[in-house]
Amino acid sequence: MCLGIPGEIISIEEDDQQMRKAKVRFGGITRDAYLDLVPDAAVGDYVIVHVGFAISKVDAEKAQQTFDLLEEMDKDNALSG
Amino acid sequence: MRYLDEYRDGAAAQKMLRQIARTVTHPWTVMEVCGSHTHALLKYGIDQLLPDELTLIHGPGCPVCVTPVEIIDQAIALATRPDVIFASYGDMLRVPGSGKDLLSVKAEGGDVRMVYSPLDALKLARENPDKKLVFFAIGFETTAPANAMAVFLAERDGVDNFFMLTSHVLIPPAMEAIAAAPANRVQGFLAPGHVCTVTGYTQYETLAAKYHIPIVVTGFEPLDLLQGIYMLVKQLEAGSHEVENQYARSVKREGNPQAQALIEKVFEVIDHKWRGIGVIPASGLRLKGPYARFDAAKALAVESPPSEEAPVCIAGLVLQGVKKPVDCPAFGTACTPEHCLGAPMVSSEGACAAYYLYARREETRA
Repeated sequence: MCLGIPGEIISIEEDDQQMRKAKVRFGGITRDAYLDLVPDAAVGDYVIVHVGFAISKVDAEKAQQTFDLLEEMDKDNALSG
Repeated sequence: MRYLDEYRDGAAAQKMLRQIARTVTHPWTVMEVCGSHTHALLKYGIDQLLPDELTLIHGPGCPVCVTPVEIIDQAIALATRPDVIFASYGDMLRVPGSGKDLLSVKAEGGDVRMVYSPLDALKLARENPDKKLVFFAIGFETTAPANAMAVFLAERDGVDNFFMLTSHVLIPPAMEAIAAAPANRVQGFLAPGHVCTVTGYTQYETLAAKYHIPIVVTGFEPLDLLQGIYMLVKQLEAGSHEVENQYARSVKREGNPQAQALIEKVFEVIDHKWRGIGVIPASGLRLKGPYARFDAAKALAVESPPSEEAPVCIAGLVLQGVKKPVDCPAFGTACTPEHCLGAPMVSSEGACAAYYLYARREETRA
């Protein structure tokens, strides 16, 4: 129900309801998603899509934090033997 | 796929697991509130890889599971009407009401449609002006903005044959009910990443401070979950009770302001009954003001017989984290995804479905 999938915006248009509609690519699949909840999203951005609406823009810098933590773990463990 | 594959890396997961094992010195009981978390934990076998000291309790975060049987019965009564097209997310179609489910209504000739988005339902209303289109609007805060948008557009464009049967629930009041219960065993929470994408997590800070309980907002991939558990264990071992954000690539502290504004425009907060749990104060949403006329329960006279639950089903205790799905005498026998007695067996977020799908047929330690 709360499934949200990250995908890349490949184009944006306005639909007949005056809403910002994007084509979003999820791997090999492209689907429409509305961008009204993420007004600053642009082509090339990754967004999390839930029931046809993008609910957030993926922050690439913050996404790196998990991998930075893994690297830190390596260093700590090397030090502690 | 970017932002998915790298969070499913086996070697990185092993590393995170070793770090969790190194950090744990005491037994801890933590709850993943969200049903999508439960499914991911079982799908990737994380529940079986964690150190023995850690016990996971599955929370009530499955909107399909907690929709009251009375509202399912109302949905069935509406779907049966010849002047109604009933549109729903697929998950709801096989949830048992007192007598039958929505899929049986469809089999008997009712016009029941499965939709992917509330705007698909609105489109059906525009295309069928001679019918009443009723959309089954269920969900947590993640889904509320999309459902709110459908009603907002219906009002703006005068789509007067569009109605919503709502059963919208809110996560923080449910977490508070769990934390405040005298028999509570939960010492830390993994909070749902997509709910917090919409709402932010300031409300969770209030909960953490009030109940001295650490909370980590967590994503849905295996590495996200392991990192979330690691962060939670570190706090538990240190005796701290902060709100931390593991899923920062999607969640901001203040959440999504556009989504929140839309929810506030269309909905108001009410006390709400959770199936199997009971009424939780200020834990639901209903349409308000100029949008109330789209409320199917009010606008269309719905009559359904008194509701009844299957007596053998222990869904309520499973949803409260008191029992595991395998503790149920009907699990995997009288109750399977093909023919179920309780909603947690058919929902893609239900704990019973997760145990059935990922072959946890016996009590496991986690």
